[in-house]
Amino acid sequence: MFGKTPWQRLLLAILAMAAVLVVDIDEARAEYGDIVINNYSDGAGMRPAIFPHWFHRVRFRCKVCHADLGFKFKAGGNEINMVKIIDGQYCGACHNGELAWSVENCNLCHSAKPGTPTQVHESTIQKLAPVALPKK
Amino acid sequence: MRVSIFQGKTIRLGLAAALVAVVSLSVLAQQGWDTLRKDGIHDPRGPGVKELQEPAEALSKLTKDNTGNQVRWVQALEKGEINPRASIRPDTKIQVYDSDVLLNLKGGMPIVRFPHRQHTLWLDCTNCHDHLFKAETGANKLSMLSILNGEQCGVCHGAVSFPLTECFRCHSVSRPGQAPKPTLPIAIPHGAVPPR
Repeated sequence: MFGKTPWQRLLLAILAMAAVLVVDIDEARAEYGDIVINNYSDGAGMRPAIFPHWFHRVRFRCKVCHADLGFKFKAGGNEINMVKIIDGQYCGACHNGELAWSVENCNLCHSAKPGTPTQVHESTIQKLAPVALPKK
Repeated sequence: MRVSIFQGKTIRLGLAAALVAVVSLSVLAQQGWDTLRKDGIHDPRGPGVKELQEPAEALSKLTKDNTGNQVRWVQALEKGEINPRASIRPDTKIQVYDSDVLLNLKGGMPIVRFPHRQHTLWLDCTNCHDHLFKAETGANKLSMLSILNGEQCGVCHGAVSFPLTECFRCHSVSRPGQAPKPTLPIAIPHGAVPPR
């Protein structure tokens, strides 16, 4: 029978490792730190908004948004809405047609699959614990 | 006898080749970025994915990491690979503070060296002080449970900056009598459970 000699067992182990890897490769993976914001989008019939940290970090340091613009470190915790954005608050500080493209490009932010919940995608807690620990 | 040695060598060569293939597969599995269409959160049928920049286009030019965004962001900044703006308003005071703090002095893991400089390159003092941490060494009761729950260091680490599976990037200073360097690398394959 196969699997009797040490070499055959090693080969089996390698095949098992390969199988695990193939499963991993197939798994969908968003970029680490992408924020999905779905406070109002689903209810308004829009796709939820995605904020990619990686894209903005190439161009701006964290302090620009999280100190000067007042974004709290909490996905969905900023009570952002389109009126505030058009008024120049939050995303609207840059997305005003001057520093960055303006709000008429709805689909560039509102690009998530409908029904995607608000989240920090790929966060350590999301990966290690399928059900997040309750927040205080 | 000669024949059996030859066969044994062939089998061993074959196994070695298989091992190399598996290892390179695992390296490949950890590198590269999914396209927006396949990343699991973007709607592949939406119009946005046709216009947005793909992660690989921007990130493949930066210093590689084996976890998170697969970019060493502090190194990318220090090497000048990126030059992100520190303000968009003319009157913003930009502060960089260079001082290391040693934490976890009584625990069993290696001591934590918290470097202010790397943090203030990106962040403002007010981002952490004083609502997350009191600005006094030893005045903050830190715990990995809170951090894993997204509080304290875990507000950023494990969410947007390097993940909490990279134990020894923070626990980086060995104690007297401890091995100078942890023996195991803590690069955890995607989806795997970390070693205890």
